[in-house]
Amino acid sequence: MKHNITEFRQLYYACKEQNKKIYEIALDYEASRGENPEYKVRLQAKKSLDAMKEAITTGLKCTEPSPSGMSGDDCDKLQNSKHNFILGQTAKKIMTYALATSEQNLRMGTIVACPTAGSCGIVPAVLIAFAEDNNIKECDQINALITAGEVGRLVANKMSLAGAVGGCQAECGVASAMAAAALTQMRGGSVKQIINAVALALKNILGLTCDPVCGLVEIPCVKRNPFLAIHAVTASELAMSDIISKIPIDEVVDAMEQTGQLMSPLLKESSQGGLAKTKTAIALEKNILK
Amino acid sequence: MNQSSIIDIISPIMAGPSSSHTAGAVRLGLLARNVYNAKPDKITFKLYNSYALTGKGHGTDKGLLAGILGFAVDDKRIKNIFETPEAKEIDYHFEFLQDFNRHPNAVDFIFEGGLNMTISGDSVGAGEIKLRKINNFCVNLDGKYNTLLLVYEDMPGVISSVTKIIQEDNVNIASLHCDRSAKGRDASMCICIDGELSKNCLNKVSDLKDMYIVRYIKKLES
Repeated sequence: MKHNITEFRQLYYACKEQNKKIYEIALDYEASRGENPEYKVRLQAKKSLDAMKEAITTGLKCTEPSPSGMSGDDCDKLQNSKHNFILGQTAKKIMTYALATSEQNLRMGTIVACPTAGSCGIVPAVLIAFAEDNNIKECDQINALITAGEVGRLVANKMSLAGAVGGCQAECGVASAMAAAALTQMRGGSVKQIINAVALALKNILGLTCDPVCGLVEIPCVKRNPFLAIHAVTASELAMSDIISKIPIDEVVDAMEQTGQLMSPLLKESSQGGLAKTKTAIALEKNILK
Repeated sequence: MNQSSIIDIISPIMAGPSSSHTAGAVRLGLLARNVYNAKPDKITFKLYNSYALTGKGHGTDKGLLAGILGFAVDDKRIKNIFETPEAKEIDYHFEFLQDFNRHPNAVDFIFEGGLNMTISGDSVGAGEIKLRKINNFCVNLDGKYNTLLLVYEDMPGVISSVTKIIQEDNVNIASLHCDRSAKGRDASMCICIDGELSKNCLNKVSDLKDMYIVRYIKKLES
């Protein structure tokens, strides 16, 4: 039997034994399974990266409201805000790009599900804003996206990435962990630091509910994207300082799967609890879904 | 174990707003269309649980219909699908139901016409899908492989006859799933393959005794 990589532990040891980066092992492993040779994965990564950039460019210029009328103008507000951003200009750019993408999504515009559509703003915002501000070459952006993809793949091996099954932790939470990996990769972090960034990001979103108001990917989804994009930055900053997750990553993923199972279906994309059943949400529902 | 790939995670490029509820719905529709493989007179879509409760807001109804019409997940027409000439040509309607024995994102496609067929599927996350049932047979189709679907009379030797024909084409079988309604009654076989089956191979399978349905279902491109 060929060597399997279904857990982060195996990925880590494969990187260590062969002295390779995560994206290199990930590409070797995809190729070894027969269907996705390296060029095919790189081609999809390039296509996805280009589509992400296009969604950002379009989203930055657009103020068209969503079909429900509840959202669509937050990116514009953030771009034009003149106050002093304490986290600095790159962080402001990350938040802006996350909103731009997420707002394109709710307009039924073209986006990249990464890993899902509701969480589509997180990976592109972190990856592209950092790359622009630090002159990261396209091939390194692609390597970072493949690193993120490998993180998502390993989590998806254990649990479904649907909000209806695992809650928002499985969507925006996983996207944030993927973004943390991509960012730490671009900053030259070690394999250990990348994996810790993933563990730290996931550990701190366990139990995140999926309770969209009126059943639409708008409230709280749109604003959750910039929040969890910055969450990824925090994870990367801590991991780059060699802070480690005391609970190993594979155990964190197991905990996340269990948490998803324990969460009530009322809080998993059914819009029957949480924010979706607040007084204001019910009033909005009456106005919008008539 | 069937592992997902990096490509699944960093795609699809799609029309928003939800991978499971919009892109997943389109993909379920596309795969059901490939299975039915004819022009139906009428289609009823039964949406369950989260699909029923939040489907309208996520464009799940639009996505399912788009798939049945053969539109790709990134097709810009999905947003206004009900107004397209293609949609106006067919008779369809939607039902929204609750059944907690079903997956949170479950759908039934009920095709009526020259051939009546009910196809059930789930959107299992990140745009990934599974068809679970065709009429009363359990199947396991995810659209990632070219698949040969057979319905035939249950009797000894059918599996080996079919796999022998596939072997003659020098094609590798990735998975094989069988089910039957009762001993000696209708049975089904779902064979996922690597590569392509030739026309000749399909003809030979069709010529086997008591083969009722032979469908070659192409893997999904989007």
